[in-house]
Amino acid sequence: MSPTPQRLQITAANPDPALLDLPWDVPLEQWPAETLAALPRGISRHIVRFARLSGRVIAIKEIGETVAYREYELLRQLGRLDVPSVEPVGVITGRRDPDGEPLEAVLITQHLQFSLPYRSLFSQSLRPDTATRLIDALAVLLVRLHLVGFYWGDVSLSNTLFRRDAETFAAYLVDAETGDLHDRLSDGQRAYDLDVARVNIIGELMDLQAGEFLDDEVDAVAIGDALAERYTDLWRALTEVESFGYGERWRVQARIDRLNDLGFDVGELDIMTDVDGTTVRIQPKVVDAGHHSRRLMRLTGLDVGENQARRLLNDLDEYRAATDRQAEDEAFVAHDWLTEVFEPAVRRVPKELRKKLEPAQIYHELLDHRWYLSQQQRRDVPMKEAAKSYVKNILPGRPDEQSILGVQASDLRETDVIPRVDDEIIG
Amino acid sequence: MATVTFDHATRVYPGTERPAVDALNLHIEDGEFLVLVGPSGCGKSTSLRMLAGLEDVNAGRILIGDRDVTDVQPKDRDIAMVFQNYALYPHMTVADNMGFALKIAGTPKADIRKRVEEAAQILDLTQYLDRKPKALSGGQRQRVAMGRAIVRQPQVFLMDEPLSNLDAKLRVQTRTQIASLQRRLGVTTVYVTHDQTEALTMGDRIAVLKDGLLQQVGTPREMYDAPQNVFVAGFIGSPAMNIGTFPVLDGHASLGRARVAVDRAVIGQFTEDDKNHITIGFRPEALDVVPGGTPDAIPVVVNIVEELGSDAFVYGSLTNEFGAASAVHSGAGDAQVIVRVDPRQVPAKGETIGVRIRPGEQHLFHAGSGERF
Ligand SMILES: Nc1ncnc2c1ncn2[C@@H]1O[C@H](COP(=O)(O)OP(=O)(O)OP(=O)(O)O)[C@@H](O)[C@H]1O
Ligand SMILES: Nc1ncnc2c1ncn2[C@@H]1O[C@H](COP(=O)(O)OP(=O)(O)OP(=O)(O)O)[C@@H](O)[C@H]1O
Ligand SMILES: [Mg+2]
Ligand SMILES: [Mg+2]
Repeated sequence: MSPTPQRLQITAANPDPALLDLPWDVPLEQWPAETLAALPRGISRHIVRFARLSGRVIAIKEIGETVAYREYELLRQLGRLDVPSVEPVGVITGRRDPDGEPLEAVLITQHLQFSLPYRSLFSQSLRPDTATRLIDALAVLLVRLHLVGFYWGDVSLSNTLFRRDAETFAAYLVDAETGDLHDRLSDGQRAYDLDVARVNIIGELMDLQAGEFLDDEVDAVAIGDALAERYTDLWRALTEVESFGYGERWRVQARIDRLNDLGFDVGELDIMTDVDGTTVRIQPKVVDAGHHSRRLMRLTGLDVGENQARRLLNDLDEYRAATDRQAEDEAFVAHDWLTEVFEPAVRRVPKELRKKLEPAQIYHELLDHRWYLSQQQRRDVPMKEAAKSYVKNILPGRPDEQSILGVQASDLRETDVIPRVDDEIIG
Repeated sequence: MATVTFDHATRVYPGTERPAVDALNLHIEDGEFLVLVGPSGCGKSTSLRMLAGLEDVNAGRILIGDRDVTDVQPKDRDIAMVFQNYALYPHMTVADNMGFALKIAGTPKADIRKRVEEAAQILDLTQYLDRKPKALSGGQRQRVAMGRAIVRQPQVFLMDEPLSNLDAKLRVQTRTQIASLQRRLGVTTVYVTHDQTEALTMGDRIAVLKDGLLQQVGTPREMYDAPQNVFVAGFIGSPAMNIGTFPVLDGHASLGRARVAVDRAVIGQFTEDDKNHITIGFRPEALDVVPGGTPDAIPVVVNIVEELGSDAFVYGSLTNEFGAASAVHSGAGDAQVIVRVDPRQVPAKGETIGVRIRPGEQHLFHAGSGERF
């Protein structure tokens, strides 16, 4: 009998025909090096590989068929809910090797550009505040997931990707396998997710310590606890009922300002007064992350991280003040800032250096650099000059982060060789 | 060690009217392996998640031992969800992989080592304790993951379809391993599956759920020999039981030309709802193939013969001679019956054979309510 031929079934919203050219009849572990993109990964039970496809990079995970479809669907839903997560490309089933032996189904996601797995960031020479910033980012992600009713089930650093967001990080969900979407999460579900997160993070850090990639001095338990604290504080700020006397109604606006400051918009706020009208109780009902990035998007069309947006909006404010246009419509000023300040600055970066960082991140660093130069020279260094110096002196030293990752100098105490972290697959 | 009690535990999801789990009463003994089984959507995962503290309980209570945990946080319930997430850490030794959660909890070093060694003994991992996971086989890695739950010495293990991601062969292997491990540890375990074979082979007792309602709890033997209603009768056993509803005349249920005697005491219990009908269940192995012309034999046209070596099953249709053909259904569909036959004497496809229910091996149910007589 001749072996059963392979009959691929591809489920994808926008299938790329080039997908068919990949060697689906070969187990992922044996794919030829020239097809693969050698990028670092987190710890995983399944085989995961990155491959080049039509000028981009995709992540391929071999996983049981039902679970593959489930995860694909969940990632699509998360995308629609606007939660930071990897973007699903599709599911391929019906794989067989040339002998007709069935091969596992695969889930394909878009490789998240400029993303940094934690193992490259938590390293021997980790600056203490890098740990804090990563934990902050994960806490924000977990709160956002919980707000939309997503129970993760397996929160860990391996299942999170980090992207630079001005001086902070933004976290993205990468592994939705154990997740579930609900209308609303119970306190028990949230508490369990948080506990799993804490234990996993501590375990992952202890693992880095065991492998001597992270200093033993670093207190893994304290970092895990910090996540729980950050999460709890943020959850409270976003959902807590606040009561005050009728005379203190300014606290309504104060609450909204505080939430905006945390990066959230208030979509719906419940205001209740008691029977005699002496006390007022308020509780945010709908909050949406991305207060600053949405505002920047509205003004300039730029789609950037929340803290990058915060930084750019500050720069826009400064520009407005410096040009004395406070009375003008903000949208007009923003347009001018974009074409006269932002775009020319970013365009000064030669093409070959643009893969280093995202444009908004480059602009953020440019602002830092200008501040530094101005301090040093005790004068207002113009943007043009600062950009020139940045492109010449700073950017070339940065690792390529578009898809090949490294560690940014400022995350390291000393800028010696980047510790290599092996990617083993444990399954 | 502890018992687990669901006391009228009810879960109604927001925006739904019918409870996903409806007043569940279930008492699980200390050290028992209880399997929750039922078709998709019957409420098994919801029940487990209520016990884990992941799902709010809208009415009723849940107890672990004598302690009411209805409003207790998951991490304070002293339970372990096994197999949820078991990625192993590549740079840690097997011992550290098993013990790190204890380290986080501040357990003294000597205690951790002792517990890890005990668990390793049970899991047959002693000689690997100082190695890295990389040096282990797939099965051993999975045991390390189990070890992680064991060293915590929880009161209760919870497992929700832990084998669903494994291929068929590994599933059977792991099934046996989990069951024997649980018996050695003696930790109360609640296990969820939709697969009745898994339930029968693993559980000390099985609880069958349907539409959020508990149908029956019992040992695998009890469930198999004395299903309390038509649903359980059809759900437990593979191939499934043949079940039909027939009119009763002169103390006999008439299955077309064939007749099955029904006890007078049973007929005495008929209710109005039954409309003088009875539901009879007969397992494929409760049928004898009889020579042609035997009175009361049920004629079956052979469609397929499934030969399994030690067993053979005939999947057949009832003929028109059998007046009430469509009244019968089986695992193979309506008007179909499954018959176990001697594997050394299998009939040919297309042949008509006569079968008879072996006396005393039929199951009788009310035609109205579906309850067992
Ligand atoms: N779209 C993507 N972009 C960038 N990196 C990715 C992407 N998908 C996967 N990865 C990397 O691959 C790793 C493994 O992926 P994933 O967590 O989905 O695998 P898994 O086997 O399901 O893991 P687990 O053992 O946690 O269940 C991740 O930690 C991440 O570093
Ligand atoms: N978060 C939820 N919100 C609303 N309804 C739910 C939710 N989770 C489950 N249900 C519903 O409750 C019922 C029981 O679901 P449950 O998941 O407990 O069943 P199950 O027996 O475990 O099924 P399966 O084998 O398919 O997992 C189903 O009708 C299901 O659709
Ligand atoms: Mg993962
Ligand atoms: Mg996973």
